[in-house]
Amino acid sequence: MLGAVDIFIIHVFNALLYASVLFLIAGGLSLIYGVMRIVNLAHGSLYAFGAYVTAWVIGQWLAGAPILLLYLLLPAGAIAAAALGAMLESTLLRPFYRRPEEYQLLVTFGLLMLLEDLMRFFWGPYPLTATTLFETLGSVTVGGSVYPRYNLLVIVIGVVAAVFLWAFVYKTRFGVVLRATSQDMRRASAMGVNVNRVYVQAFTIGCFMAGLGGAIVVPSQSAVLGMAVDALVLAFVVVVVGGLGSLEGALFGALIVGVVREIGVSMFPEIELAVLYLIAVVVLLVRPAGLFGRTA
Amino acid sequence: MTTVPLTWQTRSPVKVLPWTLPLILILFALPRALDPYQTILLAYGLIMAIASLGFNLLLGYTGLLSFGHSAYFGVGAYAVAFVFKYLHVRSMELFLLGAILASLLVSALFGYVCVRYTRIFFGILTLALSQVLWSLAFKFYPITGGTDGLRVPTPTLLGLPIEASADKILFLANNYYYYVLGFFLACALTMWIIVNSPFGKALQAIRDNETRAEFIGVHIRRYRFVAFLVSGAFTGIAGALWVVLNGLTTPDILYWPFSGEIVFMSVLGGFRSFAGPIVGAVVFNYLKTWAVGATVYWQALMGAILVFLVLVLPSGIVGTALQLIARLKHRFAR
Repeated sequence: MLGAVDIFIIHVFNALLYASVLFLIAGGLSLIYGVMRIVNLAHGSLYAFGAYVTAWVIGQWLAGAPILLLYLLLPAGAIAAAALGAMLESTLLRPFYRRPEEYQLLVTFGLLMLLEDLMRFFWGPYPLTATTLFETLGSVTVGGSVYPRYNLLVIVIGVVAAVFLWAFVYKTRFGVVLRATSQDMRRASAMGVNVNRVYVQAFTIGCFMAGLGGAIVVPSQSAVLGMAVDALVLAFVVVVVGGLGSLEGALFGALIVGVVREIGVSMFPEIELAVLYLIAVVVLLVRPAGLFGRTA
Repeated sequence: MTTVPLTWQTRSPVKVLPWTLPLILILFALPRALDPYQTILLAYGLIMAIASLGFNLLLGYTGLLSFGHSAYFGVGAYAVAFVFKYLHVRSMELFLLGAILASLLVSALFGYVCVRYTRIFFGILTLALSQVLWSLAFKFYPITGGTDGLRVPTPTLLGLPIEASADKILFLANNYYYYVLGFFLACALTMWIIVNSPFGKALQAIRDNETRAEFIGVHIRRYRFVAFLVSGAFTGIAGALWVVLNGLTTPDILYWPFSGEIVFMSVLGGFRSFAGPIVGAVVFNYLKTWAVGATVYWQALMGAILVFLVLVLPSGIVGTALQLIARLKHRFAR
C-alpha cells in the first residue's frame, strides 16, 4: 500500500528533479542576460546540443565501455556546449552588442533555426537515448514505492551546480569582475576590466550550464529534435518569474515551476502549461523585474 | 534606432500610383499566366503580407517588437474553424467577421497587459501570452482537435453558391485568389492611411522619443494599445484567409516559432519602410517553399539567411533598394 506520505515524497522528488534541470537551463540564460544584456533565443539549442552530445558519446560511441567511465563522460555535453557557446559569442554575437535589442533577438532566432538543423544533420531525425546509466543505478524504496536512483543523482547535481555557481559569482575574484561588468559595463571597462573577455566567459559558463542540463537529462529521457524550443519557453517562464539576470531568481523560479508543474501534471493536466505561462504573466504585471530582479 | 536613415516621407497616393498601379495590374493578371499551384503560392504570400503589415505597425512604426503574433493569426484561423464547427456557417464574410471579432478581443486582452512594457519585456510578454493559447489549443482535444487540428471547408464568397462540381484547386487559384487580392489591397490601403494619419505620426513620435511624445501631449499607452488592436485585427484577418486556403488549422500556427517567421518576413523586406513587410512576406513565402523543396535542412538555410540579413543587410530588401536608389540619384545629381 502506498501511504499518502510516500506519494507526497515522490511528488517532492519529481518537483525537485524538474527544478534542477530547469535551474541549469534558466540559470545560464539569466547569467548571460545579467552580464551581457542579451536574450539568447538559441539558449535552448545549447541545452539540446548538450543532450545530443552526451547521448551520442554514452549511448553510441562508447556504448560498451565500463559504467564508471560513462559516468565520467556524462559532462561531455556540457563541455561541448561551452565550446560551441564560446565560438558563437566571439563570431556571431559580438557585432550586436551595440545594436538595438531587436537585432539580437533576430540573430539568435536565426541561430536557433541553424542549430536545430545542425543537430538533425549530425544525429538524424530519430531520438537518441543513453539509458544504460539510468538502468544500472536501479532504484530506491521510498516507503512502499520505488524511485529511480538516477533521478536523485540529478537533484544532487542541480544542488551542487547551484552551490558552485553561487560560490563562483560571490566568492571569487572573477565573480567580482563579473558582477562589476553586469552593473556597469562602461565603468568596469574604464577600471581596466577586459569586457570582451568577461563576456565570452559569461556566455561560455551560461552555455556550459545549459549543456549540463541537457547532459543529465539524457539518461532518463531521450534527446529529440524540438526539445530546444520547448526548453527555451519554459526557461523564459523561470527567468520572468524569478527576475531576468538574477541567479537567486532563477533558482526560485525553477522551484516554483517545478512544483507547479508537478501539481499540474497530476491535478490539471490540460491547463498545466497554460497555468505556467499565466504565472509568468501575473508576475510580470505585479513585479515587472521579477521576484528577485533589480528594478531597472 | 536613430542611425538608420528614415525612408518614409509622406508621399501622396497619387505620387506612388505610377509604380504601384502596374504592380496591382500584374497581380490581377498573374492567374492567367501562372499555373494554379503558383497562383495559390502567391495567395499565401499576399495573406502573409497582410499579417506582416499588421505586425509592422508595432515594430516599424511604434517600435515594439512582438514575438507573439502567432496568437492573433492563430485566433483568426481557429475562429473560422469554430464558426464553421459550431454555427455551421459557410460564408467567408461571416468567417472573417468571426475572425476579426475574436482577434480584436484577444488583442485587447493581451494588449492591455503588454503595452505597459517596451523593449525586451514586451517581446517576452507577448511570447508568453501567445504560448498560453498554444498550450490550450494543443491540450483541449475535444474542442480544438489537438495536434490533428480542425478542418475548414471551401466557403461561399460574397454569398455566391458553391458549384458542387467545382474543383477545389481551381476555386482556390481563381475565385479565392481574387478574393485574397481584394482583401490584400484593401488592407494595404487602410494601413497606408493609418500610418500617414495623425495617429500614425503620433506612433512614430512614440517610437523615436517616448519622453518628447508624451511632452507634446500624446497618450502613449492609449496610442500603443490602439496600435496593438489594429495590428492584432490585421493579423487575425490574415489567419482567417490563410485557414481557408490551407483547409486545416493546427496548433503549429500558434507556436512561437511561427511568430518568429512573421518577424523574419518583416526584417527580410525591411521594417523601416511601408512596402518592406509586403515584399518580405511574398519573398519569404517563395524562399521557404524553395528551401523546403531543395533540402531537408531548409530550416538551417533559412536561419543562415536570417543571420546574414541581420549582419549585412539590416534594412532589408526594400530598405537596401531605397538606399541604392538614393545613392544613384545623388551621384547623377552632381
